[in-house]
Amino acid sequence: MLKTVQLTLTSPEETRKFAHTIAPRLAPGDVVLLQGDIGAGKTHFARCLIQFLLEEPEDIPSPTFTLVQTYPTRLGDLWHADLYRLSHPDEVIELGLTDAFSDAICLVEWPDRLGSLIPDSALTIQFSLPDTLSDTLDTRIITMSWGAPRWDNVLEGFTNV
Amino acid sequence: MTKKSTILGIESSCDDTAAAVVRWDMHGSDARSDARSDGSAEILSSVVQGQLELHHAYGGVVPEIAARAHAEKIDVVVKQALIEADLSLSDIDGIAVTSGPGLIGGVLSGVMCAKGIAAGANLPLVGVNHLAGHALTPRLTDQIPYPYLMLLVSGGHCQFLIVRGVDDFTRLGGTIDDAPGEAFDKTARLLGLAQPGGPSIENEAKSGDPTRFRFPRPLLNQPGCNLSFSGLKTALLRTRDQVIAEKSGLTRIDRADMCAGFQAAVVDVLSEKTARALALYLAENPAVRTLAVAGGVAANLAIRGGLESVSSGFDTNFVAPPLALCTDNAAMIAYAGLELFASGASDDMTLTARPRWPLDRISPHLTGSGKKGAKS
Repeated sequence: MLKTVQLTLTSPEETRKFAHTIAPRLAPGDVVLLQGDIGAGKTHFARCLIQFLLEEPEDIPSPTFTLVQTYPTRLGDLWHADLYRLSHPDEVIELGLTDAFSDAICLVEWPDRLGSLIPDSALTIQFSLPDTLSDTLDTRIITMSWGAPRWDNVLEGFTNV
Repeated sequence: MTKKSTILGIESSCDDTAAAVVRWDMHGSDARSDARSDGSAEILSSVVQGQLELHHAYGGVVPEIAARAHAEKIDVVVKQALIEADLSLSDIDGIAVTSGPGLIGGVLSGVMCAKGIAAGANLPLVGVNHLAGHALTPRLTDQIPYPYLMLLVSGGHCQFLIVRGVDDFTRLGGTIDDAPGEAFDKTARLLGLAQPGGPSIENEAKSGDPTRFRFPRPLLNQPGCNLSFSGLKTALLRTRDQVIAEKSGLTRIDRADMCAGFQAAVVDVLSEKTARALALYLAENPAVRTLAVAGGVAANLAIRGGLESVSSGFDTNFVAPPLALCTDNAAMIAYAGLELFASGASDDMTLTARPRWPLDRISPHLTGSGKKGAKS
């Protein structure tokens, strides 16, 4: 059964804290799908999470042009992918991403391009802007959803806010 | 020191497979101190074999395909470069090859090919940093002396470098998130304009009012030369949604005004950070004050105008190499090889591909280890 938790983050700084809470709980084999429109904060979240796990500080470029950026982290290899420019799931296999799903921590932006290759074990994080325009510019609604029991442990302590 | 005057360059670190022959007539004996003091380099041939058709079906560079295509094409482009230069291998004095940073498979193809030629023809070999190739291009095209300030600004890059020598770079700052070219592409996507976003937005902005929407100037009120463009994109998204909510749609004028406002913000940020970088560079009292700008984004006339006016405000020469030499090519690698050989550098058969290779040994890596790697 699918479980969900929804959070409201009112600033990029709160997104950073959220990323830093999740980061140390991850392990190779964890796949996190980042959904949301351009400007919703997917890359900001990924950047904060990766920076937290790097042993030496390093710039985290957007993966939009390179498709995939890989990082050696203290928890193992991490892949940061942006699949926007792909048009067919076969290309995901060619990228080596499906292998990375089992060997590395994977953060995947635009995961709809995966089609049927989306692993059942993945955690989905949806980034949305609030409906009412009166909210501050920086507020984001974060919806996490998962079916695999693995995430019950990782997300322990998170409750709907 | 043996003079290496005709160099074959090989570049395969990204989308394109390229080979070129560059000749440098060295007279005098002080070539070691400053290559430019003696003659100038001439591009005898520059062949770039794009992989666009291959990648087109994939909507981007797919690394495995890139590696395979490089391996298949590299012999062909090397032969073609020699034919166009009207030379044979026996006329070549040295081989320069991009040995990083970049997509490992692609770089490896080039390095293996270069090693094979060097061993077979008994020629000296030198590995070149792809970014150094871009950063040294203004010396190939405009014969500018060291030290100069370099702004590399493109789809995947944005950084300020003080270039003091063929192997002496100081990075003053760079983007901490998106590169400007990417910001243009994503903004175009948000506004339903054609890709690549740079020309689309510049065109729309011509008829727009840059003062109607005031977008943020990220990091402008923070010290240093780092830049950020990600928040600008988010602000534009929000403005777009507000206008759509008020009017249930975007008019052409709304869109043009947003493009103009966005472009004005990019110009302001790049101009201000360039001014700061220039101040740091000029504190070193360079003999000839030069700002060189390379990359596709420099083709935007508003950005170029902004940078030119900052440069003239600092009484500094402004140089922008032609666009064809700002995209990936092997002439820049051959040229960097010329300077490296002249400085006494060379590599042996242990030369390997380096996916990560920061230009500046002190600063943190500019790029993570891209599957595709650095691209200008």
